[in-house]
Amino acid sequence: MNNILFLSLSLVSIFSAIMVIFSKNPMYSILFLVLTFFTLAGHFAIFLGAEFLAIVNIIVYAGAIMVLFLFVVMLLNLNKESEPNTPMISKIAAIIAGGMFLLVLFSALTNQIYAPEPLYTKAGEIGLVKNLGKILFDEYLIPFEISSVLFLSAMVGAVMLGKKDLKQG
Amino acid sequence: MEILLIDKVFLIVIVFAVSLVIALYSTLAERKVSAFLQDRLGPNRAGIFGLLQPVADGVKFFFKEDIIPNHADKALYILGPSISMITALMTSAVIPWGSYIEFDGRQIALQVADINIGILYVFAVVSIGVYGIMIGGWGSNNKFSLLGALRASSQMISYEIAMGLSIIAVVMMTGSMSLGEIVRQQHGFNWNIFYQPIGFLIFCICAFAECNRTPFDLPECEAELVGGYHTEYSSMKLGLYLFSEYINIFISSAIMSAMFFGGYNFPFMDLISSPNLLAALGLIAFFAKILFFIFFFMWVRWTIPRFRYDQLMTLGWKYLIPLALANIVVTGTVMLISSSFK
Repeated sequence: MNNILFLSLSLVSIFSAIMVIFSKNPMYSILFLVLTFFTLAGHFAIFLGAEFLAIVNIIVYAGAIMVLFLFVVMLLNLNKESEPNTPMISKIAAIIAGGMFLLVLFSALTNQIYAPEPLYTKAGEIGLVKNLGKILFDEYLIPFEISSVLFLSAMVGAVMLGKKDLKQG
Repeated sequence: MEILLIDKVFLIVIVFAVSLVIALYSTLAERKVSAFLQDRLGPNRAGIFGLLQPVADGVKFFFKEDIIPNHADKALYILGPSISMITALMTSAVIPWGSYIEFDGRQIALQVADINIGILYVFAVVSIGVYGIMIGGWGSNNKFSLLGALRASSQMISYEIAMGLSIIAVVMMTGSMSLGEIVRQQHGFNWNIFYQPIGFLIFCICAFAECNRTPFDLPECEAELVGGYHTEYSSMKLGLYLFSEYINIFISSAIMSAMFFGGYNFPFMDLISSPNLLAALGLIAFFAKILFFIFFFMWVRWTIPRFRYDQLMTLGWKYLIPLALANIVVTGTVMLISSSFK
């Protein structure tokens, strides 16, 4: 049962991830990316017992960030004709860079790929809000606070960039 | 408590049917309320008091010719209203409709799924609901639809933030994100509205904005945008969009009553010992609250004119979000002080 569920969910997520790249229409790419996030959230919730992570993944990525992506695509009205013609040299460079990234990923993960056990151990109640909150505010308080300061600075930066003229303010 | 699959299936079917019926009759209620507020009679030809009017409307929707515009993106055009409808119906899964009933020696909880992140689930589904409007508006390939879709989505994103922040104060008080637990803690007359009046006000305003209801109905503002995001839609696809709006009103009324007005709790409920009677009365109390809020939605629609778009954004970002943040700080402070006195 778990196996079938895992396989079908993984198939959908891999298929939609591939479709993100191969869709001609950027609108479809984004919608497939949303689908990918959903299947990932499904993995978190079902196989890791991390409901909170799953739901936050949906709220933040599918619900907020991807909507902004859609906004941009809708307003830019991207299509084949308006797509800039990339020169051959940058295409080759992209292929080399991508291939090297794949190599690094593969060598880093090659020991992990054949260890399927953790996928099925529903990791207890670690993903519940209560436990997560206790761990975050107890053991990992300083990293948590530092990353929140990082977010704050990103927000301030976005506001700064968004303002046309600082003096008029 | 033993959970049987058949109970859940039964409950799901009932909740599904009830949401649809209430949404169906909301359309009639809307026209009756508007007629009352404008000193008219409203629909009264089909059945007594026009009670068959929604049925007639539904039949008409189904039999109208279904047109898909040539220039529209066919897949997305169909996907739009489907997503709207699915997300509208999904939220009801975490709402506790009543405490529990005893049947055949078993206790059956009147809630489809009491997950420990219930309220976040609601937010996730609501945030997905935006896609229905955006996809439909873009897929129609019409500038009015696109503008309506853009307005809808920016409005919904903006108000989601204030809505989430207004909930945090309630979650802080309750110590749980499960809707079932939140309602259980409001036992009797210990309703959250007495502790969180500002939180309720913010939540209520945001619920209006999320449902695209007047005074926030700019996505379908007739005077500027023809029909807004559903300009190109006809037949039952249009029906699904309009219908999902009424289901959303029903669900947000249910969530407002559950979060702030005690859900199925009512005063002096401890005097009743039989759990089945208690569940029945609780259900009646809950639906009375829900129906009041549905009426409230309509009352506001036919009383208050709509905002201008910049006013809408100013209200959301410059007033509601800071107010909600202040509410969280005040709640936290009061909780800290009161706990140190105990």
